[in-house]
Amino acid sequence: MPDLHAARRAASRGLILIAVGLAGLAGIYILALRFTPVERFQGLPQKIFYIHVPAAWSALVAFSLVGIASALYLWLRDPRLDLFAESAAAAGLVFSVIMLTTGPLWGKPVWGTWWEWDARLTFTLILFFLFLGYRALRSALVDPLERARFSAVVGILGFVLVPFVHLTVYLFRTVHPQPIVLKPSEPSLPWEMLRTLLASVGVFTVLLIGFVATRYALGKMEQIKGADDGR
Amino acid sequence: MGRASVGEFFRVALAVAAKDIRVEHRSRTALVAALAFAVLTLVIFNFARDAASLSRDAMAPSVLWITFAFSGVVALNRSFALERENAALDGLLMAPVSRGALFLGKYLANLAFVFAVEAVALPLFVLFFGVDIGGAVGGVIGVTVLATAGFVAVGTIFAAMTVRTRLAELMLPLLLLPFMLPPVTWAVQATARLLSGRPAGEIAGWIRLLGLYDLVFVTACLLVFPSLMDE
Repeated sequence: MPDLHAARRAASRGLILIAVGLAGLAGIYILALRFTPVERFQGLPQKIFYIHVPAAWSALVAFSLVGIASALYLWLRDPRLDLFAESAAAAGLVFSVIMLTTGPLWGKPVWGTWWEWDARLTFTLILFFLFLGYRALRSALVDPLERARFSAVVGILGFVLVPFVHLTVYLFRTVHPQPIVLKPSEPSLPWEMLRTLLASVGVFTVLLIGFVATRYALGKMEQIKGADDGR
Repeated sequence: MGRASVGEFFRVALAVAAKDIRVEHRSRTALVAALAFAVLTLVIFNFARDAASLSRDAMAPSVLWITFAFSGVVALNRSFALERENAALDGLLMAPVSRGALFLGKYLANLAFVFAVEAVALPLFVLFFGVDIGGAVGGVIGVTVLATAGFVAVGTIFAAMTVRTRLAELMLPLLLLPFMLPPVTWAVQATARLLSGRPAGEIAGWIRLLGLYDLVFVTACLLVFPSLMDE
């Protein structure tokens, strides 16, 4: 069965990427703790920024991938797009959990509260629930074609919803730090900090690709095995 | 689409809606149950309030909208249950009519159902919470219509999907509540201002957002519904 072998190889490639990403993550810790200056007002808790922001980046990228793959699926009806959307959603769920746990860990010492109904926190929470609903719906459907169509519709509508949630939460007061890197003027971050952040974004992107690739290959293997059992 | 086919589109939609409303009217079980649910929610809110620390007025808009949102979910849960029982949906799908018209028909019937629940819940809310609604009646009804029109559109799509799953009654709120967040938030803001007699200028922004949500999601739902239903 060449297909199964190919899928196995793809899964090992994904695992290697994840291993590289995790090694990179260890490197980020060293870079952040040893070679990056301590922020003057926030002190050590600021270090979590190098995990939190890249995780947010990966979650948002994953969410966009789900939306795009869903729309393409309804157009082209290629089952690979469905599997890709599912894999991206699974990875997105992981990153949104990282984002939601590191946020309060930073918030407690710096804001003095674990949770604040702040714009970006609320936005993230809704993103997390969208991923969760998407996953729950998938697991509750049996017929693969039906599952693909239904979850693609949720993926698309979720993508349409995001700007509205964004609008809703921003109409309320925010205590979240304002953008300091991606803004019209020059990044207002010292070079050492920016360097660590960018390296971490790179590492989290590798992790995202690794997670999605592995999940995709596993899904492929599951499909091949399922087809064999049915024979 | 020519003029004749546009007429046909709306004729089919109205026929589907009329069918649903007729079924509902003949048994009335679902409507009575949904109404009872809405009233019970209002009653529970009254007891869940600590009268010493929280005035009725302060809580009123939130109570109204949480009641509307939850009753909406309960009402939508039954939207496709009937079609499923006797494989009636297959019959509907075999009919040579546009899927968009089918969606519009189900949407209109669901709107009628949810509006009926709200029409009973609103006066009871005024009564139970001693709200001085006076000159704000028209405004509150307008806000209710606008907010309901948006989330019922998304709810119709999700109800069509969740009815095919196990745990349908649990799956619908999980998917729909994140989509209710923006319209319900805006409706609470608008209702609070209407009830405290603020000038119309303060409400215009929320009304515009509600209208935008309706426009975007009714269009999106019309576009994606056909791909839900094809086999």
